Amino acid sequence: MGKGKTLFWLIPLLLVIVAIPGVSGSVTAREGVFLILMYVTLAVSLNIILGYTGYVSFGHIVFYGIGGYVAFYLMIFHGVHLIPAMIAGGIGAALAAFALGEAVLRLRGAFFAIATIGVNEAVKALVNNLNFIGGAEGLFFNFSIYKTYGGAARAIWFSYYTMATVTVVTIVAAYLIKKSKFGLGLMAIREDEDAAIILGVNAKRYKSLAYAASAFFPGMVGAVFFFKAGNIEPHDAFHLMKSIEMIFMVMLGGYGNVTGAVTGALVYERLKGFLLVNPLFKNLHMAISGVILLLIVLFMPQGIIGFIRDKSKKLRELLE
Amino acid sequence: MILQVEDVTKTFGGLVALSDVTFQVEEGEILGIIGPNGAGKTTLFNAISGVFKIDKGKVTFKGKEITRLPPNQRARLGIARTHQIVKPLNDLTVVENVMVGACFGQGNASLAEARDKAMEVLEFVGLQEKWEVLAGKLNVPEKKRLEMARALASDPHLILLDEVLAGLNPMEVSSMLEVIKAIREKGITILMIEHLMHAIMNVSDRVMALVYGRKVSEGPPQEVANNPQVVEAYLGDPDLALKLFKDKRRRG
Repeated sequence: MGKGKTLFWLIPLLLVIVAIPGVSGSVTAREGVFLILMYVTLAVSLNIILGYTGYVSFGHIVFYGIGGYVAFYLMIFHGVHLIPAMIAGGIGAALAAFALGEAVLRLRGAFFAIATIGVNEAVKALVNNLNFIGGAEGLFFNFSIYKTYGGAARAIWFSYYTMATVTVVTIVAAYLIKKSKFGLGLMAIREDEDAAIILGVNAKRYKSLAYAASAFFPGMVGAVFFFKAGNIEPHDAFHLMKSIEMIFMVMLGGYGNVTGAVTGALVYERLKGFLLVNPLFKNLHMAISGVILLLIVLFMPQGIIGFIRDKSKKLRELLE
Repeated sequence: MILQVEDVTKTFGGLVALSDVTFQVEEGEILGIIGPNGAGKTTLFNAISGVFKIDKGKVTFKGKEITRLPPNQRARLGIARTHQIVKPLNDLTVVENVMVGACFGQGNASLAEARDKAMEVLEFVGLQEKWEVLAGKLNVPEKKRLEMARALASDPHLILLDEVLAGLNPMEVSSMLEVIKAIREKGITILMIEHLMHAIMNVSDRVMALVYGRKVSEGPPQEVANNPQVVEAYLGDPDLALKLFKDKRRRG
């Protein structure tokens, strides 16, 4: 195993991308990069349970929604600052995942994937009916909240840099997990859970912890995203389509691999942007994404980065 | 005595796979387990390593009752095993496979320690040149060695070898037997299932025979081999078998 060579180019590259809108002051560029950062964070964190551990969490967006709601609630009713509210959102999502994991992670393969969709839909239905957090209409900020951050315009820049920080933390954390004893245990579970248990891996606990870790970061992303949006409603927070997009990004880039998830997110964002503005494809972008996913699974199951890693031994340590 | 199995019974639906099996394993010995197909040998290993719950009976390891412990905790206590149908972690490299054993087994090593340990064990089983290869790309004899290496890397007190010689050619068998003997030299107790009679008779201190889930004989290898019930289980009627055997000898 290498000594963290991947992070030495990946993190600087990311920082350069983050700096572009900051230097130019372009709002359009900022919105684009914000979206990229969000996708990267979601993909890299989903990768912990999907790529490292081999469990397809189909309804993973539920943790983004939970984090969003927890943070929003704290900010709106208790006047909590974005940063602590975001961390609380992450912790809320992670705790929910851990509890769920203890129950749902007994299921393997397709059964687990279907159960996670059920969880997402159940939480959405629940939130729809909880009046203290706005029910189906959701919650929205009074603009005075942004005053703490020096006005709405500055608040949005603040949320942008917060998101960038979350992204960097997520990538570093995901990489360190992969390179740890814990990560080795997870990969053993992915390859053959029964063999892993016989070798002494506490699969039950490891899976729940991996699930919690992969929920923590989406919880924070949800908090920042909805802070920036200024409102949150169940339909946006628990949108199953976003779940599918997350899986798509991980599979596209190469699962089990930090660089892969990042690449997948970048490529997907570009692809989606291209398809959405193209009059020919604009209503078909999910369909086209679906076809691409099918082709990847059939012909390049290890994804873009996995494919390159297979071809070149030299690049292997740089693409982990 | 390192392992004590008392009255262990396991049924699958109506099929009695193990029926009141009782035996003990002394520290440092090699106990061979023989028996025809379906006699319950692998089931016995599963009962000892904790893959499933037994219906009745008690398993004690190093003075501690482990009947209800999950398999990962038994591994921690120092019980390692190999599988008859190999279970390599395909997309991990050979050395990573072995590191899993070192990290999570009895040795509870850190990643760095596990790596050194893994290289050492790979050399011991003769797989050091393949350390960087993905485990899925190994051939069957290599995968068997890998199973062995993974189990050994955990620094076990007791190792359960499930048909590690099956499917190997005579050359590979004799080199594997050397490895098994060397494991014993390290002071590790071995419980092994084997169909290759000459091999198991040669290497075991004691042999136990299972037939239809029951223990029919236990003792020194030669004694068990000559036990009429054992002979019958393998060859049918012992008198007839003996006659055929003698005929063959006269001719051959």
